Amino acid sequence: MKRRQYIVGLVATAFASVIFILPFLFIFLTAAKTKPDASRLLFTWPEEWQIWSNFLEVIQTRNYMLLLAYFNSTVITIGAVGMLVIFGAMVGYVLQRRPTGWNKLIYAGVLIGLMVPPAVVPTIWVLQGLNLFKTITGMILIQVAYGLAFSVLLYRSFIGTIPRDLDEAAIIDGAKPLQVFFKVILPLLKPVTVTLIVVQSIAIFNDFTNPLYYLPGRENVTVQLTLYNFQSQFQTQYNLLFMNILLVTIPPLIVFIFFNRQIVAGMTAGAVKG
Amino acid sequence: MKRKSPYPYWFVLPAGVVFTVLFLVPTVASFWFSMTRWDLYTAEFIGFDNYTQFFKEPFLIQGLVNTLIYALATSGAKSVLGLLLAVLLTSGLWGQGFLRTVSFFPVLVSTIGVGITFAVLMHPTKGIFNLFLAQFGIIGPGWLTNPELALYSIAFVDLWKGIGLATVIYIAGLAAISQDYYEAARIDGATRLQQFWRVTVPLVRPATVTVVTLSLIGGLRSFDLIWAMTRGGPGFSSDVLASVIYKQYQAGFYGLSTAGNVILFLLIATIVLPMTWWFNRREVDL
Amino acid sequence: MKQITGAALMAAFSVVASASQADTVLSVTTDGNAETVAAMEALTAAYTAAHPDVTFEIENRPGGADGDNLVKTRLSTKEAGDILQYNSGSLFQALKPTESLADLSGIAGQANVLDSFKSVVTASDGTVRGIPFGAAMGGGIYYNKKIYAELGLSVPKTWAEFMANNEKIKAAGKVAVAQTYGDTWSSQLFVLADYYNVQAAVPAFAADYTANKAKYATSPAAMAGFQHLEDVFKAGYLNPDFGAAKFDDGVRMVATGEAAHYPMLTFALGNIKQNFAANLNDVGFFAQPGPDAAKNGLTVWMPAGLYIPAASEHQAEAKDFLSFVASVDGCNLMIKTNGATGPYLIKGCELPADVPAAVADMMPYFKAEGMTAPALEFLSPIKGPALEQITVEVGSGIRPAAEAAALYDQDVEKQAKQLGLPGWQ
Repeated sequence: MKRRQYIVGLVATAFASVIFILPFLFIFLTAAKTKPDASRLLFTWPEEWQIWSNFLEVIQTRNYMLLLAYFNSTVITIGAVGMLVIFGAMVGYVLQRRPTGWNKLIYAGVLIGLMVPPAVVPTIWVLQGLNLFKTITGMILIQVAYGLAFSVLLYRSFIGTIPRDLDEAAIIDGAKPLQVFFKVILPLLKPVTVTLIVVQSIAIFNDFTNPLYYLPGRENVTVQLTLYNFQSQFQTQYNLLFMNILLVTIPPLIVFIFFNRQIVAGMTAGAVKG
Repeated sequence: MKRKSPYPYWFVLPAGVVFTVLFLVPTVASFWFSMTRWDLYTAEFIGFDNYTQFFKEPFLIQGLVNTLIYALATSGAKSVLGLLLAVLLTSGLWGQGFLRTVSFFPVLVSTIGVGITFAVLMHPTKGIFNLFLAQFGIIGPGWLTNPELALYSIAFVDLWKGIGLATVIYIAGLAAISQDYYEAARIDGATRLQQFWRVTVPLVRPATVTVVTLSLIGGLRSFDLIWAMTRGGPGFSSDVLASVIYKQYQAGFYGLSTAGNVILFLLIATIVLPMTWWFNRREVDL
Repeated sequence: MKQITGAALMAAFSVVASASQADTVLSVTTDGNAETVAAMEALTAAYTAAHPDVTFEIENRPGGADGDNLVKTRLSTKEAGDILQYNSGSLFQALKPTESLADLSGIAGQANVLDSFKSVVTASDGTVRGIPFGAAMGGGIYYNKKIYAELGLSVPKTWAEFMANNEKIKAAGKVAVAQTYGDTWSSQLFVLADYYNVQAAVPAFAADYTANKAKYATSPAAMAGFQHLEDVFKAGYLNPDFGAAKFDDGVRMVATGEAAHYPMLTFALGNIKQNFAANLNDVGFFAQPGPDAAKNGLTVWMPAGLYIPAASEHQAEAKDFLSFVASVDGCNLMIKTNGATGPYLIKGCELPADVPAAVADMMPYFKAEGMTAPALEFLSPIKGPALEQITVEVGSGIRPAAEAAALYDQDVEKQAKQLGLPGWQ
């Protein structure tokens, strides 16, 4: 490695640690404090390390609500992301490969999906009409509806980099459209798919307002809602609040660490392909 | 024999159904409600009164200006800094893997979590920003309590949180650029800077378009972070359209709030549609 | 063989189980305050002990703007559960109670409720739709008794005296008035707690204000509240971090003696009791003084109410529970759980003899005739939603008082039109 790369890397690492890691350190330290210590909100070493008991208290609040929330949020995330990858790629594929008049309409739909803020109460009425209100299935479909625009946009952009010759070759070999899609195209979209999985999982897992409106009820609690257990209008238990933030960050972190290798692998594979 | 296209339309169907039913239908319904005085039970048609009322809102002009400032600042910063960071993180630095991972951490935390944390860090007397400045004898400003500064402080946090995502998208885009182009440029004697401008920037275009479009729309619609950090305060100085709309909704002025939603949509459309059209005219199929 | 026996046993067991219990589960939604949650848990536990076939599921909602929003949405989509805890007064009116809440005029517990409370949970058709939950609150100024003793100060009866005290406190190097604009709702106190004085000067203000005849900008008595906010800021009496400090900080400052005064509602005693129990009796309370020492009284806030959403499927059981809460037993249980922070609105429910110093300071206002006035939001359905931001602006020196008052009048106009009040169209 050249010396320049080494030095720049070192400096960058120092900067990055301060900029990106410091706030997390604060969260961690506050999560380890006692209640009065934490409510002073200073960036100090805890007077008394209460990390284990804070952890237990957060988990046990309201009958282990956090664990149920983990479960619900995970189900919603996996369900929605799965559908988003497949639907998004399908639409992006057709949009890119088959330029006809309909495309303008679909594209407009995509833009609308990105731009227009969703209307809460009419959406609830629709869900009630379909008997999907307050159901996990309904929540999954909502997240799909809201996330489609971004997914389609991302896929459409990158399908442009896959040469048509590959499709043509497969078709000449007698493959049907679905086969072309699943066997030829989708595997080549791996870098984008991985990016999308990571981004959408995080967005959906961390979503607060949508489950608040469309998925009320104790049995339906999702992860961000637990933050409200500790933040009321008048008294905030900061140590528990930050412990909650910490605990709520771990699943996305796991997803990220797991997929990080794949993102890297995907990048290098893409780079080599001439 | 009619040849079926290998790109059949029914591919669009499942997505289309979900999208139409759960997004388009409620949105159209809300356009209707924006023209009523609505208290969620009965709706009294009042034509465009809500719209005139909205434009008479004393804080609206400020909110509109703030929205534009916020969107342009965050979008511009993310697009430029994201690309630079992506180039840096693909140049084979020592600790590159660590840097890529760490810069993405903020994207993982919930916006509320980020908002709460930074609101605390930016506290005028107890937050570390100002405590750090105090070490050098500088009295730090009220990052979130000074009306002139509040919006920019939030924009900074938005950048902190979102740059990792922009970088990842750019890295994906950079990976798609064949090394042959760089080889050719090097053979022609191009400097690194020239390589950047002549090879990287044009060819990373799909990623640039994605980042600019998404961050601009996101910035125009931004609500969660602003709400978590200042709720539009102090006073109204960091209010944006989205928070003005929410406050109307919270106060029970549903028709008015929905009208605000429509106005926000029109604002976004007038900015983003021409921009997208301009981008697409120049896109090339590889 | 084993399987069949097992299945038969299961079937028999479940038949027996279901026959012996016609279980009702009532879902309750409350805000997340520690006192609220503690009181609700105590009440529901006691009720279930007496009625084992009724159990409760308590769910928290956020407070403030987010909570208002959530409650309205859930009520309108008929997903608000069986029992709802929420503000009374103008916020209650904003829920459209005739459509969204059940009529509670006839339940057994109503007989115990004081008329003053009934008036703030009565819908436009004259029906009573709620019962009180918690103690009434005074809006005034907490003061630190130790600082007062140290500096030889006495409780001010006029605003001028209050400012004179502040000057002395500032000279002694302490924070005179704590403000906590990090929690924007707390910035409204100087304006809202002044209502007793407004009413003393202009007795018909509430009625005229509702009928679009009186305005804050044109009524000197009403504008005084805004002016007070501006004056306190201009004189430099505030804590240096007033813009970011939160309610908890304000309480801490006045309890520990960091600050001499904190304008606040009396429910804050719960917080002091929980966090600064040792300093509980160092904190006193007085009503916000006006221009006239002879007319000095307390502006009073009614407690939150308990309501039953109209879409609830268990109204009979919910009504019975509410009757329990509105009974003297229920009231005593709440006092026992959270301590006494103010008078309760249930007939026959008395406070214990030993109460914190601030409560002792507050009670005389309630005992004498004409020394209390309800806050404006209980006399008029109109409360502009942007008030707390406007007051932050005045209190931070961003906007002058006169301009702010005019701005608030404009804000109020929107609310009046939305409620369809006569005289505003």
